[in-house]
Amino acid sequence: MSDRFPATAAPPAEVLATIRAFFAEAADRVPDPDQDIFASGVVTSLFALQLVAFVERTFDIAVEPEDLDLANFRTINAVAAFVCAKRAAAGRD
Amino acid sequence: MDADATAVADAAAIADAAAIAGAAGFADSVRDEADGWDRAGALPPAVVQAAGRAGLLACDLPARYGGTGASPHAVGEAAARIGAVCSSLRALLTVQGMVAAAVHRWGSGDLRAAWLPLLASGEAVAGFAATEAGAGTELSAVQTTVERVAGSIRITGRKLWVTFGAIADVLLVIGRLDGVPAAVLVEGDRPGLRREPVRGQLGLRAAHVAHLELDGVRVPRTNLVAPVGFGLSHVAGTALDHGRYTVAWGCVGMAQACHRAATAHAASRVQGGVRLVDHQLVRSMIGRGLVAVTAAEQLCRRAARLRAARDPDAVTATVMAKYAAARAAAEVSRDAVQVHGAAGCAPDSTVGRFLRDATVMRIIEGSDEVSEMHIADHAIRSRRREARAVPVAVAS
Repeated sequence: MSDRFPATAAPPAEVLATIRAFFAEAADRVPDPDQDIFASGVVTSLFALQLVAFVERTFDIAVEPEDLDLANFRTINAVAAFVCAKRAAAGRD
Repeated sequence: MDADATAVADAAAIADAAAIAGAAGFADSVRDEADGWDRAGALPPAVVQAAGRAGLLACDLPARYGGTGASPHAVGEAAARIGAVCSSLRALLTVQGMVAAAVHRWGSGDLRAAWLPLLASGEAVAGFAATEAGAGTELSAVQTTVERVAGSIRITGRKLWVTFGAIADVLLVIGRLDGVPAAVLVEGDRPGLRREPVRGQLGLRAAHVAHLELDGVRVPRTNLVAPVGFGLSHVAGTALDHGRYTVAWGCVGMAQACHRAATAHAASRVQGGVRLVDHQLVRSMIGRGLVAVTAAEQLCRRAARLRAARDPDAVTATVMAKYAAARAAAEVSRDAVQVHGAAGCAPDSTVGRFLRDATVMRIIEGSDEVSEMHIADHAIRSRRREARAVPVAVAS
């Protein structure tokens, strides 16, 4: 799929920019990289599932039940770190 | 495509065709019984078992869990075939699909292995216990408590309007553990679970709706679905998303059935020497109805495509499909009752049953009004996306 990153290379800056764009869509303005988007109440109740679908499809990873930890999802930097760790674990980076 | 890929695609197409044909055949076989189930207020247990054997339930699960890996489109078409005959039976397909989807997506390997094959076969009927007196649309207000006690967890609370709650073998219960949302599977035979069947409600009368009292019900800790804190956003979210999807298609089936019935009646009924269909107002109603039904079906097909592509916009596309389809079913069933006249109001009126069921569909799994809020959010987000992608010069 053209909107997916190639499985071999996803430099952190590009990963961060892509995640930033997704978060920016959900909020009135681009959140700070370490701003807790859930605690600040700027996203709707459907956002959590949309975020899971977004990282799975965009970065070709699978979010497993054990990955459900707010530490993985609450900020732009957290999602980027989670994505990179999943890709590294899958041998993609 | 290479030979292997072709074989996989062929197998998937065959599974989809079987799911749709199976649902169509099953719907035909029970068409004459559905009004009786509604009057009796109960889908017979034998029909529940037969629906499982016919492959109607949770058929989108992978084969290792008892499904056939049916595509979103096939699941939808199957729901439409059943919805065209009986909303209570379609509600069974919906609740099994909701709980199966949530357990498959977020349950442990042990929970998946234990429950998914039983849900797919119909050997276990599922219930989704979320709503409470103070928590309807706003499910984050649930007060049911889930506590860790020696070696197990204990659940106390009162759940309302649980579809198939009167006979469910397993319930997906949403509560709070340490103040945050938790989802837990509760087997139907656990001590402390009391069921109060609801009778005479507006719609879904054969769907074994019940209120449930959970009085210190104990289950193993391993019955928790997903880590504590994610019971609402992810577990209930996944269940409700799947539920909206099959409700949407079920409403399309119901709307199509009503439109066919209204058109056939108008074409054959003669009053004062004039066929009903030769009155301009009746023709206008038939034309309007066809547009509503077709538009709803196309929104359902769009949701199916986005779900198959695992697109993040699939959630909203599903809300839109459910919103449009429930409204189409309500509009067309109301018109069908109107064109049938007294016959539409009779106790055995099928279009009358559909009008009652369609009205319920405009409320459950996200009311019209809540759906509009979500859809508006989506519109605003899309506008932000466009604004960033293409700088637009605005004339002052």
